[in-house]
Amino acid sequence: MSRPAHRKPGYHKTNKDLFVLTYGALVAQLCKDYEKDEDVNKYLDEMGYGVGTRLVEDFLARSCVRRCHSYSEIVNIIAQVAFKMYLGITPNVTCNNSSRNEFSLILDKNPLVEFVEELPTGRSSLCYCNLLCGIIRGALEMVHLAADVTFLQDRLKGDSVTEIGIKFLKKLDKKNIGRKNEK
Amino acid sequence: MTVHNLYLFDRNGVCLHYSEWHRKKQAGIPKEEEYKLMYGMLFSIRSFVSKMSPLDMKDGFLAFQTSRYKLHYYETPTGIKVVMNTDSGVGPIRDVLHHIYSALYVELVVKNPLCPLGQTVQSELFRSRLDSYVRSLPFFSARAG
Repeated sequence: MSRPAHRKPGYHKTNKDLFVLTYGALVAQLCKDYEKDEDVNKYLDEMGYGVGTRLVEDFLARSCVRRCHSYSEIVNIIAQVAFKMYLGITPNVTCNNSSRNEFSLILDKNPLVEFVEELPTGRSSLCYCNLLCGIIRGALEMVHLAADVTFLQDRLKGDSVTEIGIKFLKKLDKKNIGRKNEK
Repeated sequence: MTVHNLYLFDRNGVCLHYSEWHRKKQAGIPKEEEYKLMYGMLFSIRSFVSKMSPLDMKDGFLAFQTSRYKLHYYETPTGIKVVMNTDSGVGPIRDVLHHIYSALYVELVVKNPLCPLGQTVQSELFRSRLDSYVRSLPFFSARAG
């Protein structure tokens, strides 16, 4: 079996189903361990945070993005470069307020929920993909940006779209007061 | 032409790694003091360079040169700093420092969940791969020039 010439050595494709099923098993186990939806959501977010703080380094190493000068540039890079690189999808970006620090990512397709039709009874507040929120939050924190990242809408809960809200809070790094946005 | 030594710092100033190949003169202070001095100096130079720049800054501080050696600097948006001291004759090596970051640090340390971040890298694999990589560089010669 010959390898296509353009493939970078070391980045072979893993079966997507294995990844999606592994994620599902993770959520299922957390549901067994914790009764309350809030707890499962919280731990998914925390695990995602740990992933995000490391994933951001891989992202920067592979994508060579230039410095960003605005929140909207950053969110566009998350949607068009990062999501594409890791999940193969490109969410749409909308800005939710005039002070331009609240944005939404509208997910048309979401590979993580491919095998999930709806949430089980008794788990109506579960944010199935909350790991993603933690990942985004952790990654942004490593580039000195504090943000609240939550699911604003979720198709699994009956909403028409899946929407991740990113709200930038004040900048974290006190040492760099006066410096422009960095990414 | 040669490589003298290499420092790797994280965003909090912790020295993640230090390797030496050809260093004839030591700083005369304990290693911990040396790392702090290096980090503090880099922090000040970066901020000085951006403040005093007569034009809009692109990449920021890249290198400084003395009559005997050149210090090359590379920083990522996450605050990881790669510092390499080479011979004065060596040109810009941003791509080399980026490779050390992406193919060595990220691949072998960051992506390994068992490697804790924020402290000195213990991974022997990282140390030896870094050593082989630096020794393979075109401007590295086994005898200090």
